Amino acid sequence: MKRRDFIQWSGMGVGAILGSSIPVIGRAVTPEELLEPAADRALKKRLADVALNAARAKGATYSDVRIGRYLQQFLFTREKNVQNITNAESYGVGIRVIVNGTWGFAATSDVTPDGIARCAETAVAIAKANSRIQTEPVNLAPQKGVGEVVWNTPIQKNAFQVPVQEKIDLLLNVNSQAMQNGAAFVTSNLFQVNEQKYFASTDGSYIDQDIHRIWPTFTVTVIDKAAGKFKTRDALSSPMGMGYEYMDGLASEKIPGPNGLVGYRNSYDMVEDAILAAKQSKEKVTAKSVEAGKYDLVLDPNHLGLTIHESVGHPTELDRVLGYEANYAGTSFATLDKWRSKSFNYGSPLVNIVADKTQPHTLGCVGYDDEGVPCKQWDIIKNGILVNYQATRDQVGILGEKESHGCCYADDWSSVQFQRMPNVSLLPGKEKLNVNDMIKGVEKGIYIIGRGSYSIDQQRYNFQFGGQLFYEIKNGQIAGMLDDVAYQSNTQEFWNSCAQICDKDDYRTFGSFFDGKGQPSQVSAVSHGSSTTRFNGVNVINTGRKI
Amino acid sequence: MAILSREEAKKIIDKVLSYAKADETAVSLGGSKTGNIRYARNTVSTSGESTNLALAVTSVFGKRSGTATINEFDDESLEKTVRRAEEIARLAPENPEYVPMLGPQQYTEVKETYADATAAINPEYRAKAALDSIEICKKKNLTSAGYLEDTTGFNAMGNSKGLFAYNRSTSVDFSVTVRTEDGLGSGYAIQDYNDARKLNAAASTEVAAQKALASKGALALEPGKYTVILEPVAAADLIQNMMRSLDARNADEGRSFLSKKGGGTRLGEKLFDERVTIYSDPTNPEIPQSGFVMDGRPREKTTWIEKGVVKNMAYSRFWAQKQGVKALPPPFGFIMEGGNESLADLIKGTKKGILVTRFWYIRAVDPQTLLYTGLTRDGTFYIENGKIKHPIKNFRFNESPVIMLNNVEAMGKPVRVNGSLIPPLKIRDFTFSSLSDAV
Repeated sequence: MKRRDFIQWSGMGVGAILGSSIPVIGRAVTPEELLEPAADRALKKRLADVALNAARAKGATYSDVRIGRYLQQFLFTREKNVQNITNAESYGVGIRVIVNGTWGFAATSDVTPDGIARCAETAVAIAKANSRIQTEPVNLAPQKGVGEVVWNTPIQKNAFQVPVQEKIDLLLNVNSQAMQNGAAFVTSNLFQVNEQKYFASTDGSYIDQDIHRIWPTFTVTVIDKAAGKFKTRDALSSPMGMGYEYMDGLASEKIPGPNGLVGYRNSYDMVEDAILAAKQSKEKVTAKSVEAGKYDLVLDPNHLGLTIHESVGHPTELDRVLGYEANYAGTSFATLDKWRSKSFNYGSPLVNIVADKTQPHTLGCVGYDDEGVPCKQWDIIKNGILVNYQATRDQVGILGEKESHGCCYADDWSSVQFQRMPNVSLLPGKEKLNVNDMIKGVEKGIYIIGRGSYSIDQQRYNFQFGGQLFYEIKNGQIAGMLDDVAYQSNTQEFWNSCAQICDKDDYRTFGSFFDGKGQPSQVSAVSHGSSTTRFNGVNVINTGRKI
Repeated sequence: MAILSREEAKKIIDKVLSYAKADETAVSLGGSKTGNIRYARNTVSTSGESTNLALAVTSVFGKRSGTATINEFDDESLEKTVRRAEEIARLAPENPEYVPMLGPQQYTEVKETYADATAAINPEYRAKAALDSIEICKKKNLTSAGYLEDTTGFNAMGNSKGLFAYNRSTSVDFSVTVRTEDGLGSGYAIQDYNDARKLNAAASTEVAAQKALASKGALALEPGKYTVILEPVAAADLIQNMMRSLDARNADEGRSFLSKKGGGTRLGEKLFDERVTIYSDPTNPEIPQSGFVMDGRPREKTTWIEKGVVKNMAYSRFWAQKQGVKALPPPFGFIMEGGNESLADLIKGTKKGILVTRFWYIRAVDPQTLLYTGLTRDGTFYIENGKIKHPIKNFRFNESPVIMLNNVEAMGKPVRVNGSLIPPLKIRDFTFSSLSDAV
């Protein structure tokens, strides 16, 4: 039994009831326990010092400690029923040390001075054991201590303080509205996460952070029994680094699109989206099957975010480029020689992609990463040229840089931190342009909205993406809905076909709440911003089959 | 001590049940010790070991249920946990689909799920496995990246209606990717067992190394329909996806590949080639499984597909009760019958075809037809006149296992992959839709 399976099972929660792979970390608690205050900051500082002193005394040249309390509340409903509610808390300490130029890591749920000192000693012992077979000593980029600092996600409404009943009522209303508008089945879920993390290191940093994330989502299913067909449409929400205020559905955060479509920026109207989803799913049942061929694609931010994630986010992770993920996720086509050449055309000159851990409301926005580095923004692709990667303290030196990018993250106190993707976003176009005007300029195209099927090779060249909604564009007009659409391309070819980007008024973020990486696998959450973007002459296939 | 005996587990569970005041109470108790080592670039990157022992109490009043968990085992903590589960249950919304707990059951005892050799794995064993693998690659100027994980654990459960179940198990999983220094060749191998005595990490590394070297200098073939030989690792990924889609409720509701046009299901229909037979059997010594599933149902030998005909679908207890049928739990590991030929025999008997080591990044494209997409990876070769002629560039495929299992040319001897027994498969007209530059 794998560790995660065990935890799922022991919670007898999501895993047992849904047979789902959604990672629930920690022990089941009551909703009230989720509201208990975080441990006293002075106490955490004392405990952190116990770890740092114990590690130093045993010979560590560097150490950091994370005292973490990770809270989750996940709600699952289907039609008129509440299927499951999980409330989970995970509390403990992870200690990382360098001895003889080698990392060692240990973790414990025994958050007492004795437990922590023993854990630090174990970390040192593991580092010592591994140093005998180490061939590449750790070269840690310097990081000046930041002293005692605090950072909190700027939320307006703590989702954990909203009564469970209120959230259930919302989800059941979402289901009921979708059913009234033609859905045969609906599932709706609400995921809420709060990370209370205290980080300290021998550099002299004591960082207390309170991080919030939320993700409302649903799937609507429409059935045509006579035709033997079923179609689904998922929510067009985005997971966000926000509190429950994301659920307010503010009119000012809605971006009207063609054909009655609505884009949601920093506020989500779940009921409205569910009604639209039911109506659109019915339309999907009779939609025309696409004719395979070359089309100009107009990609909505709620779709393009995943393409950015897979074709730019993952290939520019420096640890992948170096080969550390070779046995699992793979390596990368974006090799160091391409970066060194300063002339590798990743995309057309319109393409400017930034890594950013400071953008408000995003999943990747924090004050400091899990090795105490203050967060920042930097360029990955500038005017179409590959200019940088995503790196941690022990790898950034390879790029000739003296300061880490701040990309280190662990999904739990018991997991060792490693390189994880920051928000990676496409900058909006500088010229004034909205989606309606963009569509007017397309002769033969497809407008794609929402996250669908996705697959990309282990070096991130060849990919195939589907979506939730596909509209045919003929001579500048939307000509109706299409079905069986997926596009295939090669990363460099695709980004070089980027022809037009809408302006900043159209900019929104997409997010991935459970992005997996590493062995044993860890999850992380990351956002990708963009405006609607046009790509010319992309290969579209027809995915319809008969069995 | 994370691994409790049957008697130790029963004693704790009975004690917890003695505190219970709810209409129904279930207790589950599980413990595990798991260790891992990860290496890349011919050096160890991370290693670790952890233990867990936890108890979950589920209390039920009418159709309201609540669960609380604890990892302390003194009387006071246990009683507190029962009270907390009862409190959560009282506040929980009613679940109209709640089905009362099962009473005592007869379970087949499967001792082979546990092996002392696996339980005895320590950091030195893991380090040696990693080092051996690294050394093989270093000698050939190749780069290895691999991962070994071993787990020893037990599950026990009991409830206020007298049900009790206990099983202990071990597992060890090893995977390795070997790449040439110039990045133009890549090979992969994987093994998983309950008993570590069967594991041979060095042998897997040799296979992956040989594939890495042999896959250098790949030539591009035009995408299209080809006869393929899927090694068991490649075949397993697609067939496992299909076996996870046997849910009866989805089929009855009209949203499954097993739903029938006009209503009803395709149970009893011949959907596959008549040589296709797939069943599950917890007592199979190659892929032993505990005799029960975690909602207390016994795990029995079940035929899912027989001679191409869909024989059974999987049920939740709620849906089975509603439909008035036996509540067959879904298959966990399964056995796909094959032939006696080896992979080499299948290659020998192929005039023109493609050998696929494994698939990667498989995602559902259309749940209606079970169409999946993904790519070949870590060793794809062109076969001509019974011999491997040369390596070829990787392909993206768009294919449904349902269509694939209608195009069976030949099947070899099944081997264990991810807890199932899967034969190498020779399939005609397998759809490759584009080329990939990835190595």
